Amino acid sequence: MSSFSITEPSSRQKWAAGTLVILYAVITLLPLFWILATGFKTPADAISYPPKILFEPSLEGYVNLFTTRTRVTPEQLEALPPPETWYEAIVRNRDMVIAGPSRYGERFLNSLIIGFGSTFLSIFLGTLAAYAFSRFRVPLKDDLLFFILSTRMMPPIAVAIPIFLMFRTLGLSDTHLGMILLYTAVNISLAVWLLKGFIDEIPREYEEAALIDGYTRFQAFYKVVLPQAATGIASTAIFCLIFAWNEYAFAVLLTSGTAQTAPPFIPTIIGVGGQDWPAVAAGATLFLVPVMVFTILLRKHLLRGITFGAVRK
Amino acid sequence: MPGTIADRVAQATPPHLAGRIKGFSDRTIAWIFVAPTIFLLLAVNIFPLIWTINLSFTNFRANRPNREVDYIGLRNYERILTDSDIWLTMQATAHFLFWTLFFQVVIGFTLAWLINRKFKGNDLWTTIIVLPMMLSPAVVGNFWTFLYQPQIGLFNYLVAFLTGVDPSSFQMIGDVVLAPWAIVIVDTWMWTPFVMLICLAGLRSIPDYIYEAAEIDRASKWRQFWTITVPMVLPFLMLAVLFRGIENFKMFDLVVQLTGGGPGSVTELTSINLKREAFEKWRTGYASAYAIILFVTVFGLASIYVKALNKVKER
Repeated sequence: MSSFSITEPSSRQKWAAGTLVILYAVITLLPLFWILATGFKTPADAISYPPKILFEPSLEGYVNLFTTRTRVTPEQLEALPPPETWYEAIVRNRDMVIAGPSRYGERFLNSLIIGFGSTFLSIFLGTLAAYAFSRFRVPLKDDLLFFILSTRMMPPIAVAIPIFLMFRTLGLSDTHLGMILLYTAVNISLAVWLLKGFIDEIPREYEEAALIDGYTRFQAFYKVVLPQAATGIASTAIFCLIFAWNEYAFAVLLTSGTAQTAPPFIPTIIGVGGQDWPAVAAGATLFLVPVMVFTILLRKHLLRGITFGAVRK
Repeated sequence: MPGTIADRVAQATPPHLAGRIKGFSDRTIAWIFVAPTIFLLLAVNIFPLIWTINLSFTNFRANRPNREVDYIGLRNYERILTDSDIWLTMQATAHFLFWTLFFQVVIGFTLAWLINRKFKGNDLWTTIIVLPMMLSPAVVGNFWTFLYQPQIGLFNYLVAFLTGVDPSSFQMIGDVVLAPWAIVIVDTWMWTPFVMLICLAGLRSIPDYIYEAAEIDRASKWRQFWTITVPMVLPFLMLAVLFRGIENFKMFDLVVQLTGGGPGSVTELTSINLKREAFEKWRTGYASAYAIILFVTVFGLASIYVKALNKVKER
């Protein structure tokens, strides 16, 4: 391209556009910054007026997030041996002692198990179906593909009524297996549509050459197509993982104890007189940061993922 | 696609031989590959849907599974369509849908247009702007209630700082007038990047030579914008609106955490209302009919919209 182009914006235009976009980015990041900051505040700093931007960082929020505590009288506190750990010391400062671990760890682990379990299953089933839709003449192909997509149009609450009854009958309520199956069913439409797009882009000639060389279809599929589709499969997997990770409606209705994930749990973290905001913010930070990292890794395929492959850059 | 080498080889081979040579025929493989997905969707989506339709004609209550169930015909549907509370819910949903789509389209398109000025570092800022939409709406929505607190909340503080009103004089969540806007603001904050990304793809799909030709014809920048940019981005924009429209019609997690449908029921969107009927009042039959009505509404509106979208694309 020549150095002068009539369609290239002038440098003043660029500068103005850049300033406005950065201004928007700063505003849009404020709430996220505030979550991060609140996690490191003491409860008093978190609710001070005016809101504190500069403050002395404290790990009290994180300690409160992972522990349950009981209040003790000053005399009882005197009688105790000196605190052995730094987190015990923080809690003692508030006239309390650690009673045990909180449920946050379990809930986080549940999110991991259900997230990865359903992602693995969606990708496994989705890749097979996508390959078939991409390469074979499946009868009623378009109808089936549309059917797969249309399952996404139901409001989750509407689906939850019969699922709730079904899970109760089958003994799947509040189990990891039930949630994994459910999230797989929700994610599979995304997986099939995205993966079909990625596999469509792999030239058929590669497999045909492999078939002529004496590979069976299965061999051609996993020795030729799968390695070629690896990037697509990886980004689809991240999208499935993020969905399962963030899901709230099914989780809040269908789990209560053993299989509850983090999103319904975090808003229930309470302290003295309402929500314990530093602990909530700490829990949110740990929960949100992995997704932010994945988003940055995914940026090239983001558009494709959020539009079910309808828009490709 | 007929005519590929593999197909020709497959067709030329007699079926019984093909089976022995390649293990399975392509047709069999296709079915083996597709069947598990279809089976899962039938079990977790279609079977429940049929069950919901069935329940919608009964007075079943899930909290009393042993009580006798009566078929009451269309009475549930009749009750829902004549219930004035449900129409209020629909109005709240319509308000939410209209304004979120409006702001997201206006801000999202503007941002995309600005980013497409190709200033230095635009890729980096695009990635940063996109972050909110990937986060858990429930967790983020819950934290926004903290930002919205009168006096100590950051939102109220900033508004007070910019306008001079007292930060404790208004409650975004507790106020009947402001609460519907509180949810619009958070949804717009979260999902504007979605519209922006799609618009950006649209803007980038317009080849430079069209503008160059317009420039040679001495069309003004303003005219170029309305006769080239807008029509070429429109299909993309409409697609973004379709996605956001369906998602926001189903909206549950963000708003339930923000306002819980309150104060009163001014932010009680259909999904929240449905949850209340199904899992708090346990009117399962009634709620099933409600769910069917919602599904038909989304499906119907989406189909009409997709037809319009295809017309725009053809132009």
